[in-house]
Amino acid sequence: MERTAFDLVIVGGGAAGLRAGIAAAESDPDLSIALVSKVYPMRSHTVSAEGGTAAVLRDYDSFELHALDTIKGSDFLADQDAVEFFVAHCPQEIIRLEHWGCPWSRDEDGRVSQRAFGGMSVKRTVYAADKVGFHILHTLFQTSMKYEQIHRFDESFVTSLILDGGACTGVVAMNLRAGTMAALQGKATILATGGCGRVYEFTTNGFIKTGDGMALAYRAGVALKDMEMVQFHPTCLPGTGILITEAARGEGGVLVNKEGERYMQRYLPGKMELGPRDILSRAMIQEIKAGRAFEGTYGPYLGLDLRHLGEKRINERIPMVRELAEKYMGLDPVHELIPVRPGQHYIMGGVSTGLKGETTLPGLYAVGETACVSINGANRLGSNSLSECLVFGAACGLAAAEFAKKRPSYPRGATAREALRKEEARVFDGLLGRERGKETVAGIRVEMQQLMERDVGIFREESALADACGMLAKLRDRFGAVGLADKDRVFNTELTAVLELDFMLDVAATIAHSARNRHESRGAHSRTDFPQRDDANFLKHTLAFRTDGAPRIDYLPVKITKWQPAERKY
Amino acid sequence: MPDSEVVFRVSRYRPESGGRPTFQEYRIPYRSDMVVLDGLNYIKDHLDPTLTFRWSCRMGICGSCGADVNGRPRLTCGTYIRDMRKGAVTVEPLSNFPILKDLVVDFDDFLDKLASVRPYIVRKDWGDLSKEYIQYPEDVDAYRQQSLCINCMLCYAACPVFGASPEFVGPAASALALRYIRDTRDEGGAERLARLNTKTGIWECTFVGECSVVCPKEVDPAAAIQTLKFLATTRHMRRLLMPGSASR
Repeated sequence: MERTAFDLVIVGGGAAGLRAGIAAAESDPDLSIALVSKVYPMRSHTVSAEGGTAAVLRDYDSFELHALDTIKGSDFLADQDAVEFFVAHCPQEIIRLEHWGCPWSRDEDGRVSQRAFGGMSVKRTVYAADKVGFHILHTLFQTSMKYEQIHRFDESFVTSLILDGGACTGVVAMNLRAGTMAALQGKATILATGGCGRVYEFTTNGFIKTGDGMALAYRAGVALKDMEMVQFHPTCLPGTGILITEAARGEGGVLVNKEGERYMQRYLPGKMELGPRDILSRAMIQEIKAGRAFEGTYGPYLGLDLRHLGEKRINERIPMVRELAEKYMGLDPVHELIPVRPGQHYIMGGVSTGLKGETTLPGLYAVGETACVSINGANRLGSNSLSECLVFGAACGLAAAEFAKKRPSYPRGATAREALRKEEARVFDGLLGRERGKETVAGIRVEMQQLMERDVGIFREESALADACGMLAKLRDRFGAVGLADKDRVFNTELTAVLELDFMLDVAATIAHSARNRHESRGAHSRTDFPQRDDANFLKHTLAFRTDGAPRIDYLPVKITKWQPAERKY
Repeated sequence: MPDSEVVFRVSRYRPESGGRPTFQEYRIPYRSDMVVLDGLNYIKDHLDPTLTFRWSCRMGICGSCGADVNGRPRLTCGTYIRDMRKGAVTVEPLSNFPILKDLVVDFDDFLDKLASVRPYIVRKDWGDLSKEYIQYPEDVDAYRQQSLCINCMLCYAACPVFGASPEFVGPAASALALRYIRDTRDEGGAERLARLNTKTGIWECTFVGECSVVCPKEVDPAAAIQTLKFLATTRHMRRLLMPGSASR
């Protein structure tokens, strides 16, 4: 019989989950670790990250400077103790990955290369051409194969957490291939399921990014922090939402409007195209509103011009940009402009955690995009997120391993069996038993995505946010009437889509309500009715708690160590 | 606005209903910028929610969405309907793998094979953990091509040798073995070659070369296997001539 009790249960097989698993395995060879992923780990969305990962590696740079850039980028909403911990641990993580074989691009002297990125004041971003996430993911996944104590549960979908005596003691997961449920008990559990981009219509995120870990924690009573802080990346391909990396601008690419003008000079002359993402995305919307955008099949867009870089540099530094533009737009960036527009890319918010990924629920940890430590505050700088997965993945893996080792025995089996019975009844007898009617999973998903896009997008204001909150509650009601056509238990992707939509509706509500309650503009959260940052009232994190109705909103002070909030000027 | 319609013939297999795979036809509105995956998603969302397939990134990097399209293994997210010959688009699960449901096949066997070639840096002494190992751009170029494998499994679906002898280690696992052997930081070459220099290893390959034709990332696993054969032979010869000098 397959083992079902572990020291550590990790949900998610991307950069954060794998890094946590390896750290735990390295710390103690006797530790048993379950790595539960709804896809084969090498399919995880880390794979799509392109441009790079930040670390201080050169004499011209300093922790102080990386911290200041990050905090300023966050519009002073980041917790400064977390940022200090983060920047100090980035270099060793880059070196670990290097030792594990990651094919970092190199300088002529054989050292790891670094490139410019938005909001970073010096060349700080380590890269492996422009397939950085892909290489990090495969390096970590392949390295994880060294550790026999990591037991993989590939294509297992976690439907709920097991709670026992005020602690988390594992997960209930549906084995997609067998069409069965199992309780996987863990002395400690780590959520590392990535982001929730699919609550939006136009996103760079893969189909699997449905906020699962966020919803799992939220349902277990843990707060979601700063969920209104949603990042829109300025350079996405119209139609598909495929990301064109910021490295294209780091390597010298420029943005132009239909008049051929480098319009960023109007908005951010000091930084131009290398400003932070929130500012660049807003500038694009303003250019579109001013009628200076190009018009295409999928609406207005702006131009990303790489032509002056030349074929050699494009092929060497950003080959995937060319590959994507050729394959998905049918154009060659060596000779033509790439059409781009802003799209949802990342969420700064997530499960509220401390520095080691610990949550308010004993035994439960969260890390990576799923979590909000917070180092990203109101706006993440490009190339800080992969580093975040590595630094906090390692710290969280070690902390959870320590927690597990202090618990002498495995959690009680009776609680796990009861949790399993409940989930089998809810999912197989309940959801799977529902007959098809007027409501479909695809129908409600699209309505939610369009609503979020329209009302909780780059610019926000009260009436739209109020509308979104009300509509999301109605969609939640209508979700109760969604029926299924596929009645099979084996690999039922209609059933997983229903479970994912269930999670996304929770997550979307926290985003809309958190946004409605923040009466100021800060970082990515831009309210046309409250255009100024308001430190007197809102220099604080939003916390969203689950209730039977709308989320309950509370606040938490921001930790300031040595950088006093100042106007964010570039 | 859709230009017209296109017909998808999709292979269906439902393990809980038993029987053999059958084809089902769907008519979907066509746009000239549609990829095959868009068609499958249209069916899933509008016509038949029971159709089962994997996908995620829709940008050719996660490796989830491989299928046989009009008889050839391809990533459905990167295959334009406009490039298909007129008439129906036929979508079947990747050949040579056990079918779990509709277009979903079981890759577990590959992951075991991948683990068997030790796809990670092997070293006795890791040295100073706070310092990077020096590697020159040309050192990285020596293994970059093989490191681009996304594990999409198109090469296994195209490989007649794997089809006939499923125990064959296969193209992607071999290419990834070479990726680590060629890495200046690695010392595990001898063990990897020993693993590949077996009955289920590289000698099964008859250099059909289909794996390299279908590879969406130009990894060229066929060439990688030929290189491995050369390395295995020279290592074998060296051991015969100079006993005790088996490593690297």
